[in-house]
Amino acid sequence: MTANLHLWLIPVLPLIGAAINGLFGRRFSRQAVTAIALTFCGAAFAMALWVVSQFSSLTLPYVETVAHWLRAGSFQVDFAFQLDQLSLVMLLIVTGVGFLIHIYSVGYMWEDAGFYRFFSYLNLFMFFMLTLILASNYLLMFVGWEGVGLASYLLIGFWFIKDSAASAGKKAFIVNRIGDFGFLIALFLLIQHFGSLNFQSVFEKVALLDKEASGAGLLTTVAILLMVGAAGKSAQIPLYVWLPDAMEGPTPVSALIHAATMVTAGVYMVARSHVIFERAPIALTVVAIIGTLTALFAATIGVTQTDIKKVLAYSTVSQLGYMFMAAGVAAFSASIFHLMTHAFFKGLLFLGAGSVIHAVGGEQDMRRMGGLRTKIPVTFWTMTIATCAIAGIPGLSGFFSKDEILWRAYQANWIYWMIGVFTAFLTSFYMFRLLFLTFFGSYRGDADKADHGHDPHGHGHGGIHESPKVMLVPLVILAVFSFVGGWIGIPAAWGGSNHFEKFLEPVFHASSPAATPEHAITGEAPIAEQTTETPESQTDHRMERIFTGISVVAGLLGLALAGLLYWQRPELPQKIADSLGGLYHTVVNKYYVDELYAALFVKPLVDGSSRILWRGIDQQIIDGAIDNSADGAREVSDTVRRMQSGSIRSYAGWIALGAAIVIAYMIWVGTR
Amino acid sequence: MVPLSYYLILSGILFACGVTGFLIKRNIITIFMSIELMLNGVNLSFVAFAAQWKALSGQVFVFFVMVVAAAEAAVGLAIIISVYRNRETLNVDRVNLLKL
Repeated sequence: MTANLHLWLIPVLPLIGAAINGLFGRRFSRQAVTAIALTFCGAAFAMALWVVSQFSSLTLPYVETVAHWLRAGSFQVDFAFQLDQLSLVMLLIVTGVGFLIHIYSVGYMWEDAGFYRFFSYLNLFMFFMLTLILASNYLLMFVGWEGVGLASYLLIGFWFIKDSAASAGKKAFIVNRIGDFGFLIALFLLIQHFGSLNFQSVFEKVALLDKEASGAGLLTTVAILLMVGAAGKSAQIPLYVWLPDAMEGPTPVSALIHAATMVTAGVYMVARSHVIFERAPIALTVVAIIGTLTALFAATIGVTQTDIKKVLAYSTVSQLGYMFMAAGVAAFSASIFHLMTHAFFKGLLFLGAGSVIHAVGGEQDMRRMGGLRTKIPVTFWTMTIATCAIAGIPGLSGFFSKDEILWRAYQANWIYWMIGVFTAFLTSFYMFRLLFLTFFGSYRGDADKADHGHDPHGHGHGGIHESPKVMLVPLVILAVFSFVGGWIGIPAAWGGSNHFEKFLEPVFHASSPAATPEHAITGEAPIAEQTTETPESQTDHRMERIFTGISVVAGLLGLALAGLLYWQRPELPQKIADSLGGLYHTVVNKYYVDELYAALFVKPLVDGSSRILWRGIDQQIIDGAIDNSADGAREVSDTVRRMQSGSIRSYAGWIALGAAIVIAYMIWVGTR
Repeated sequence: MVPLSYYLILSGILFACGVTGFLIKRNIITIFMSIELMLNGVNLSFVAFAAQWKALSGQVFVFFVMVVAAAEAAVGLAIIISVYRNRETLNVDRVNLLKL
């Protein structure tokens, strides 16, 4: 073991900030709240950077046990933190993007009455998220997992006066519970079969097992249950429904929790458990299919949404689907790579959307925006970079990460690739649709607001205006990262050396079943890109370049179509929508999934609990039993009470009478 | 020598007088005296039996009963005085604050 890093400080710092602001923030000025929140979050970020500087001198994975937690026989769980390449990447994303969004929130939330509450929750979220990614066992990870769910609930329902926000928070919480149930069962199975929850000891034992190539066994079960948990947290089919509703929360929350960090926890968990998944091909296939379907499904819904944040929400669901697609074809580092670039550009998109909403006085409907390009230029340019990045325009971060995923997906199965490319086309289309609707054309909102409007609510302070500097700086920084963030993972086919994958390689390949000959079936991938330039890899590179070309064309096609429909000929979309009729309505209404769930699960549950459990069992049987026994006791005592008259003479009379009877009896016995 | 049955009959009469007085009288002092009468009726049968069987234990019992009766009289009379001070009556039927 090398130097002591005191990793535990990283999560605890934001917790201190959350505690101070949460307990005393009400009495502080906004400046003091800001200072506290930013100091502790920034300290965590600085600490993360310091860890990076120490990283090369560590023996990996570096595990630090702070305290013992549970001990039951041979089973033992500690408060222990683990640092390896994977958690380092996550650490930097969470603290870095998190810190930028903290800064942004200062500007965005300045006029909100719950300013201190907001920052307290935000710091609390950082604490749990950092616990999640630094944990060295599943149980501590689960603590962070549940904690970010709590923080997410609190922040979605931040404006809890609004009914829709309160129920959106509830929905997110309940849907996540379903996923957590799967996660928890998986943990129980791990305890039962491996007697431990420590990553290292579980994975060591799993590594000794064979791949479950034929049929499903223990590892497949565990992996699928873990995937259920991941689907809940990372909004995959069938548990994605909470994420679009989560947009009721303040926009920085959407950026931090529901785009950049928390929703990627599921991807992280799957990547972390890659040893289990690699030995369960069926589960991997399930992951890939869920991811692919979700990517396509959410992208089609995103095309029809008109609320700027809803479009981004469905886009997030869709991009998370890409990450799971990559994980499902055992390309974990590609998955984490996309996770990172996505954190940059989607965080930026949400912050930009927040800036737009701020500018137009709380309006979120894109149909009532337009022509904002010249009025809020910084927001426009940064959002353009992010849009290009997500659409896969060559050179930007999203291009490299998405391309990596598509290439790996192709190597596993061309169907994944087909759907992936089509989704990339849709992604590009709806993102440029958003851009054109918002920033191009002419302004379609209230005319007076454009000039001198007085908006009585929301962020209105008259006129369309650029956001303050404190909001723009994070935008610009994130824009830079959205641009260059992909350059650390340029694949060999494009003359790069994919540093990112090499960096993560020790995590993903050290314990993979690579040694076994049947490996060729699983991955078809992991060793595809070795630096040695064999003729085989030459062909591979040529192929990869062709495929990249195809997905770039798909992206540009989306751009062109969006430009045509929403910039050049804005009357066309309505006509197309009319001609599609029922299909369009189905998609606009999100395939009626919410209605389906309401009819299938929510209504039976509500009816069952109100009619059977509440009115039937609780009121009739339980309450009835108690009421009846109380009534019975009263009636009996009412009768018996009359004996206790309180008249001493009557008592004495009874005693005398009783004594007389006893004596008479004794005399009768004696004289017989 | 007077036969034992005479003593027992007198003892029974005394006891019955005590019980009757206890049941029909309202004045608390009279009730108290009725109790003493019952005790002494019992005492009489104790000593009668003791004399009959030449056993001391009957007489010892009588002493116990007398001691208890004396203690009871001391406490009971104190209570009666304090009841009288508070209620200005000795009628037990009117000392009924605890009744429903």
